Amino acid sequence: MPMPESQTTLSTQAQRPSGLAKLRAALDARPHYLLLALVAAIGLVIMPWHVWLSLTVAGLAMGLILFVVSSGMTLIFGLMGVLNLAHGAFITVGAYVGGTAFLMLSGWGPLAAVSQALLIFPAALATLAVAGVLGFVFERVIVKPVYDDHLRQILVTVGGAIVITQLIIVFWGAHEIPLPRPDILRGAFVVGGVAFEKYRLFAVGAGLAVYWGMLAVIQYTRVGLLIRAGVENGEMVQALGYRIKLLFIAVFAVGSALGAFGGVLWGFYEELIHVELGQQLLVDVIIVIIMGGLGSITGCFYSALMVGLLTNYMGFVAPTFSEFSSIVLMVLVLMWRPQGLIPVVKV
Amino acid sequence: MSTPLLRMEGVHTHIGHYHILQGVDFTLPRGALTVLLGRNGAGKTTTLRTIINLWQASQGRIVFDGQDITHWRTPKIVRQGIGYVPENMGIFSLLTVQENMRLAAERRHFDEARLAWILRLFPALKKFWTTPAGLLSGGQKQMLSIARAIIEPRQFLIIDEPSKGLAPAIIKDLVQAIRELKTTDTTILLVEQNFSFARAVGDHVAVMDDGRVVHAGAMAALADDSELQNRLLGLSLDAHA
Repeated sequence: MPMPESQTTLSTQAQRPSGLAKLRAALDARPHYLLLALVAAIGLVIMPWHVWLSLTVAGLAMGLILFVVSSGMTLIFGLMGVLNLAHGAFITVGAYVGGTAFLMLSGWGPLAAVSQALLIFPAALATLAVAGVLGFVFERVIVKPVYDDHLRQILVTVGGAIVITQLIIVFWGAHEIPLPRPDILRGAFVVGGVAFEKYRLFAVGAGLAVYWGMLAVIQYTRVGLLIRAGVENGEMVQALGYRIKLLFIAVFAVGSALGAFGGVLWGFYEELIHVELGQQLLVDVIIVIIMGGLGSITGCFYSALMVGLLTNYMGFVAPTFSEFSSIVLMVLVLMWRPQGLIPVVKV
Repeated sequence: MSTPLLRMEGVHTHIGHYHILQGVDFTLPRGALTVLLGRNGAGKTTTLRTIINLWQASQGRIVFDGQDITHWRTPKIVRQGIGYVPENMGIFSLLTVQENMRLAAERRHFDEARLAWILRLFPALKKFWTTPAGLLSGGQKQMLSIARAIIEPRQFLIIDEPSKGLAPAIIKDLVQAIRELKTTDTTILLVEQNFSFARAVGDHVAVMDDGRVVHAGAMAALADDSELQNRLLGLSLDAHA
């Protein structure tokens, strides 16, 4: 979607680049393909192929859930310039609301005959609705007064996260809640001696659906057009007659809901929900959105995949470095491209 | 004589601690092109931005087409039929030329006849219709910015320094396009530093200094009076002819 800043104008494209220059330009324009392939290739070199295959699926699943969780935060930052450090709290809210809805529906007599897997959908809808409304209120009450002031945004959103976390404790208690997966998503498929966990394949599907859905909305709808324009120059969008504040509210609510939806996916992934779930994920979320290029959905997608793969590979090779490896990857990427993999052009 | 399309009465604008507009009084006749002239920092761009409330007036009154728009939100103001071409052109560089135009169109589909007229006015846009606007040259971007502003019929067009940084050949094309725009009865307010350009397109002129309008009248009168030019602008037409 975004272009490299080193773009030339059409009127100056007369020179024919050499093959090496073409390759360099291609890598410069699409560094995410190169890095993703590199991370996957390193994994293949340091472990047996069947382990690599299994861990790659696990890494993709983790990466895609990370993408779902992170996409809302990067979208909010890209369009509104708001660094919402309460995003972790929305992830936790999502896990609790979705998990509770699923457990309640599973235990409700009239739905006993319904497949548990189908109950994930109303649970996800409940999550999206609650988190969307919470996001709307949060934007109006907490974020609106501090637009254009990043320092105050950090302070008030961290404060907001504390309040939300305490409210979760008030409603659900501080104890952990087990969240067993539906029967149909338990266990694994074994193909050629390689095990593929069913839930991870489901998470891959859900994550890809969210990614493609977001791309379709952003690329082919008028709202998407407005978001792309607003990310670049919000003032001009207003000067064309659009009330960008309404777009801000909608995107904040949707971004919060996406984070919450990711929280449900993560809750089933861990089969456990607890009040620190979102805050623990927030470190990886911040790594993903910075490495991808703040505000870039595509950058967020690829950097989430890289973090997912690397964490899983390192978990096998050197478990103590598993978490640390993402930070090292981010530092290396930022040394190469300080604005992230796919920088977003802003006016 | 018809009522003016726009009237500014004692308008003041503060930007941070700076007091930029210090009582702008100004009326804009309908169906004509008025050029706002003045040295750098005189308050020309601030005046344009204040009209559509991108910067809010701290005092005074702005009346557009008989309605007090001083405290209206920007989107509501521009939806009264105002097109705005900012100094930096405001092009969305990651969007294609078509998408830039589509954003400004009120309906899902373009008015084909109007689009054809615009593309005849700015033929380069047709060639690069599906190209990201960031890849266009400076002149092409300026054309896109104006084309976007007129994709819907406007009763008022605000254009900020259209000739800035453009090659003489492109400026000549722009002059031609703006002359054709004038035939559509659109009222145009144009900020310009290039006096030759201003003289070529302007019917009326207002000169600003220190955040106030210090002269208003017919462009022809200013163009014919080198002493007045020297006094107001510190230039003489001969040097810019």
